[in-house]
Amino acid sequence: MWQFFHKLGSPKWFFGIATRLMPWLLAGGLLLLMAGIVWGLAFAPKDYLQGNSYRIIFIHVPTAFIAQSIYIMMAVAAVVTLVWRMKLADVFVKAVAPVGLVLTFLALFTGAVWGKPTWGTWWIWDARLTSMLILLFLYGGVIALDRAINDEKSAARSVAVLVLVGVVNIPIIKYSVEWWNTLHQPATFKLTEKPSMPADMWVPLLLSVLGLYLLFGWLACLRMQTEILFREQRTRWVKDYVMAGRG
Amino acid sequence: MNADIRPVLKLRDDTVGALAAMRGVFGRDLKVAFRQRQDLLNPLLFFVMVVTLFPLGVSPEVSFLREAGAGILWVAALLSVLLSLDHLFRHDFDDGTLEQLVLQPQPLFLLVLAKTMAHWVLTGLPLVILTPVLGVMVHLDGNSIGVLCLTLLIGTPVLSLIGSIGAALTLGLRSAGVLLSLLIIPLYIPVLIFGTGTVAAAAEGAQVGAYVALMGAFLVLALTLAPFASAAALRISLSNG
Repeated sequence: MWQFFHKLGSPKWFFGIATRLMPWLLAGGLLLLMAGIVWGLAFAPKDYLQGNSYRIIFIHVPTAFIAQSIYIMMAVAAVVTLVWRMKLADVFVKAVAPVGLVLTFLALFTGAVWGKPTWGTWWIWDARLTSMLILLFLYGGVIALDRAINDEKSAARSVAVLVLVGVVNIPIIKYSVEWWNTLHQPATFKLTEKPSMPADMWVPLLLSVLGLYLLFGWLACLRMQTEILFREQRTRWVKDYVMAGRG
Repeated sequence: MNADIRPVLKLRDDTVGALAAMRGVFGRDLKVAFRQRQDLLNPLLFFVMVVTLFPLGVSPEVSFLREAGAGILWVAALLSVLLSLDHLFRHDFDDGTLEQLVLQPQPLFLLVLAKTMAHWVLTGLPLVILTPVLGVMVHLDGNSIGVLCLTLLIGTPVLSLIGSIGAALTLGLRSAGVLLSLLIIPLYIPVLIFGTGTVAAAAEGAQVGAYVALMGAFLVLALTLAPFASAAALRISLSNG
C-alpha cells in the first residue's frame, strides 16, 4: 500500500496513470454533469418561492463547493510538499490553483446572476459572498507568488507555506465575516435555499457536484501532465513521448 | 547600507541563551532604526495623510466621520503597517546580516519574533500613540477613542506578525511591495473586522470585554504561530536568493 505513495512520487509513473485515468474521468464527469444539469434546468420542479430562477443552483453550488474543496486539497498537498518533499504535490498545487480561481469567480458570477432576480441586487456584502471573495484573493495570492519566484524548488516551498497560512486563516475568516455580517447588517434578505429539498431537486444537484468533481479530476490530470512534460523536458521518456506523438 | 554604521551582531557564541539573543536582536534593530530615522517617520506621515484623504474625498460632515472614523483609522493603520513591512527584513537581507541571523545556533523563530516586536515598537506603537489626535480630527468621542486605541494596541502587533510572514515570503522578489499586499491583505481582514467591530460595539454602549478577549486571542495565535511560518519562509527565501 505504501508502495503506491512511493510510486506517486515519480512524475513518469503519474503521467502513465493519468493518461489511463483521463478518458474515464472525462466521460464520467461529462455524463454526470450533463445528467444533473439537464435534469435540473429542464425537468426539476419549479421552486414555490423563486419559480424558475433558482435553477442556476445546479451550476452555482457545484462550482462553489469544488472551489472550496480545491483549497483544502491544495493545503494537503502543501503539507506533503513541506514534509515529504514530493515533487508531484507541488505540481498539483501549481496546476490546480488557477482552476480554483476560475471556479471561485464562476461561483461569484453565477451567484450574482442568481441574486439579481431573487434579491434585486447583483452583489451584497453578506457572509458567504464576502468569504468567497476573500477565497478569490487567497487563490490570486498563491498564483502571484508562484509566478514571482523563478527557482522551482523555492517556489514550491514558498507557495506551500502560503497555502498553509491561508488554510489556517480560512475558518477565522469565515467566522469573522459571519460575525461582521450579523453585527452590521440586519437580515433584510433571507437566502432562499431550502435546507430540506425534495428528491427531484437534490438528486440532480448531487449529480452535478459529482460530475464537476470528476471533470475537475480530468482537468487536474491534464494540467499536471502539461507541467510534468515541461519540468521533465530533459529526460529520455519525455523526449520519446513527444517524438512518438509527432510520428 | 554602510557596514560601519550598522552594529555587528555578537551572537556567534552558543553559550548565549535564546532570551539573551532575542534581547540582542531587539536592541540592535532599535539602535539601527534610530540611526535611520526617516524609516520611522514615513509610516506615521502616511497614516496621517491617508486619514486626511477620507474627509476630503468623501464628506467632512460630522455625522459621516463619527460613524466611519474608527474604520478609517483602522484601515489607515493597516495600510501604514503594510507599507512599513518592507524594511523589516530587507535591509538585513541586502547587507548579509539576515544570513548570519539564520545561521545562529539560537532558534530562528525566536530571533524572528524579536525582530517583529522591534518592528512593532517602531511602527505600530507610534501609530497607537498618534491615534487620539487623529480620533479628535474625525470627531470621535472620548470613549470611542479609548476603545480604538485599545484595539489598535492589540491589533497592530498581530498585523506586524502576520505581515512578517508575507515579508519573509516575498523577500528579494521583484515588485515585492505589491505582491506583499496581495498576499497579506486577505489575512488582515479578520483583524480589521474585529478591531472595528469592537469600536462599533463600544459606540452603541455595549460591553467590549468579549471583543477585546477575541482580539487578544488573535494576538496569542499570531504570537505563537507566525514566527514559525516566518522562520520557515525566511529559510526558503534565503536559499532562493
